[in-house]
Amino acid sequence: MRQRSLIAITAALAAGALTLTACGSRDDKGGDSAAGGDTTVVIGVDAPLTGDLSALGLGIKNSVDLAAKQANEKKYVKGVTFKIEALDDQAQPSSGQQNATKLVADKNVLGVVGPLNSSVAESMQKVFDDAKLAQVSPANTAPALSQGPDWNGGTKKRPFNSYFRTSTTDAIQGPFAAQYLFNEAKKTKVFVIDDKKTYGAGLAATFKAEFTKLGGKVAGEDHVDPETKDFSSVVTKIKSSKADVVYYGGEYPAAGPLSKQIKKAGAKIPLVGGDGIYSADFIKLSGKEGEGDLATSVGAPIETLPSAKEFVENYKKAGYKEAFEAYGGYSYDAAWSIIEAVKKVVDDNGGKLPESKDARSKVIDALKSVSFEGVTGKVAFDEYGDTTNKQLTVYQYKGGAWAPVKSGTFSG
Amino acid sequence: MNELPQQLVNGLLLGSMYGLVAIGYTMVYGIVQLINFAHGEIFMTGGFGALTVWLILPGGTTMWVALPLMIIGAIIVATTIAVGAERFAYRPLRGGPRLAPLITAIGLSLALQQAVWAWYPGAKSSRTFPEIPGGPFHIGDVTIQTGDIFLLIAAPISMAVLGYFVMKTRTGRGMQATAQDPDTAKLMGINTDRIIVVAFALGAAFAAIGAVAYGLKYGEVQFRMGFLLGLKAFTAAVLGGIGNIYGAMIGGLVLGVAETMAAAYVSEIPGMQQLGGQSWANAWAFVLLILVLLFRPQGLLGERVADRA
Repeated sequence: MRQRSLIAITAALAAGALTLTACGSRDDKGGDSAAGGDTTVVIGVDAPLTGDLSALGLGIKNSVDLAAKQANEKKYVKGVTFKIEALDDQAQPSSGQQNATKLVADKNVLGVVGPLNSSVAESMQKVFDDAKLAQVSPANTAPALSQGPDWNGGTKKRPFNSYFRTSTTDAIQGPFAAQYLFNEAKKTKVFVIDDKKTYGAGLAATFKAEFTKLGGKVAGEDHVDPETKDFSSVVTKIKSSKADVVYYGGEYPAAGPLSKQIKKAGAKIPLVGGDGIYSADFIKLSGKEGEGDLATSVGAPIETLPSAKEFVENYKKAGYKEAFEAYGGYSYDAAWSIIEAVKKVVDDNGGKLPESKDARSKVIDALKSVSFEGVTGKVAFDEYGDTTNKQLTVYQYKGGAWAPVKSGTFSG
Repeated sequence: MNELPQQLVNGLLLGSMYGLVAIGYTMVYGIVQLINFAHGEIFMTGGFGALTVWLILPGGTTMWVALPLMIIGAIIVATTIAVGAERFAYRPLRGGPRLAPLITAIGLSLALQQAVWAWYPGAKSSRTFPEIPGGPFHIGDVTIQTGDIFLLIAAPISMAVLGYFVMKTRTGRGMQATAQDPDTAKLMGINTDRIIVVAFALGAAFAAIGAVAYGLKYGEVQFRMGFLLGLKAFTAAVLGGIGNIYGAMIGGLVLGVAETMAAAYVSEIPGMQQLGGQSWANAWAFVLLILVLLFRPQGLLGERVADRA
């Protein structure tokens, strides 16, 4: 009796599963035909959609979604409907690589926007390059990703042909912060901390080099584990080092509590970081103690750019639950650069998309010569795949929000 | 400025928190020989329980009124989940292979994390936790935050209450008997099932107090806060001698101080710069654990060797 009921249940489950898969495939076909015979081009998105960094990641996803929707609405590329496929990498290199493999396997994917983290990008680059699939990151700032591991020694070499980014690198961001702090904020003794990740350690190193070159002193250095929230031993060291500013290479989940703990311990000095802490969540996490902290971020403040007005408006209109955050504009531009590239490939091929394998490498070629007015200014890539836009802005945490203090381009 | 006193206080504070959570590991292990890996998540739910109470309370409630209510809320949530886990996840497996409840515990840990992540509003990133107003206190070179005061008071009181309970009350003595020999304890008329539930509930209650202390100290709670802290607390329990409640507290303090000292001073030893700093604190904590286990496998105050999982 027992045996028989077990068989019955298994049979029922199997039948159910079959029905479900059948439904699935029917739905897929339905979707295709609804688009009116259009070819579907998928733009992959890889970002941390859950976990500590999800605020930034969801902003990226929504912005890419907006770009795809607008391209469809305007029928920007004739005969092509854009769709996005967003995967969550939880800021983990291993998940990023799995996602990259997944995206490569989907023949409709012709370009990927992401990831957020430089360390995740490292794990994905080769997968994409092998498959000749274009990757445009809106947020990676580690210079080695596009200029090779010896970028600092003078021999720049592009390691992966498929890698592009719309954000400025730390080779510019760190020194920019150093110049601002030394020349304009008149800070001379800095305590440098990083989280040992690709992004954080690289940023802190470029900052330190420029700051000491200018004549500033490094009062102390430490590395933290961003997974813990107890920074008391570091905070005690900072306090006794008598530094007048703290530079943190890393992201807001650790930077927020760190800033709060520094000030609570009685060291009333600002914490300064890169675009990784330029988030509304930093303000939430550092609380009122964080007032006066500084962050540099890539580009000019989006809200003030005339080219960005339309983006901000459309983003609002689309009714996304999450804010577009620090990388919204860059993600939109990254997605749009892929759309532009697809358009060029389609136009060159007599209005039709070539075979998937061909199309992918053609998109990479097209990206090299892409040039358009984007949300963040002119979007184009140099010989390393880096953005030609070298604008940066210093923001200060003032009255419960980030306020732009100074915009500029970094020169040598 | 001499850093040492401040670093010692930092370590003791961190260690007290480890100790509060470690009690849950050690009590459950002492009685059912189960390493309850979900305990870190029970700690985390306690934190969210306290936060929920704070959110329900009308805005402007002073901490003096809110804090006791938040502690009660945290304890209710954490013990409910712990007792539920015991009843529905561990009890059906009692008497089965030892590995089964262990794997269940790991699964439960993931399930609780994801449940909070998915269903608690705004828990997908850190949620800010209320803080006790009032400036820091200075004693010589040492600065103590208002949030830390709670921990300084709560940890010793909890320990004293637990010591009294285990030594002096009927249920406490029943727990000791069950820990020594569950079968004989049963023959002597002790309701061992009830004793086990009490052990889970007590462990959860202390973890909940630890979670409130965590929230007050760091000003935030998040769904992953129990993972690393649970691991550390488990280390503390093993360090102090798993199965021994005083060992848990001592283990916690030793671990906290060792970690902080390592983070603060290892980099100053010539040739060790690379291995110093806060990012190596965890590594040093586990080096300490290995050393203690090598020379004293039963732990600092240990009663028995953890030979069964």
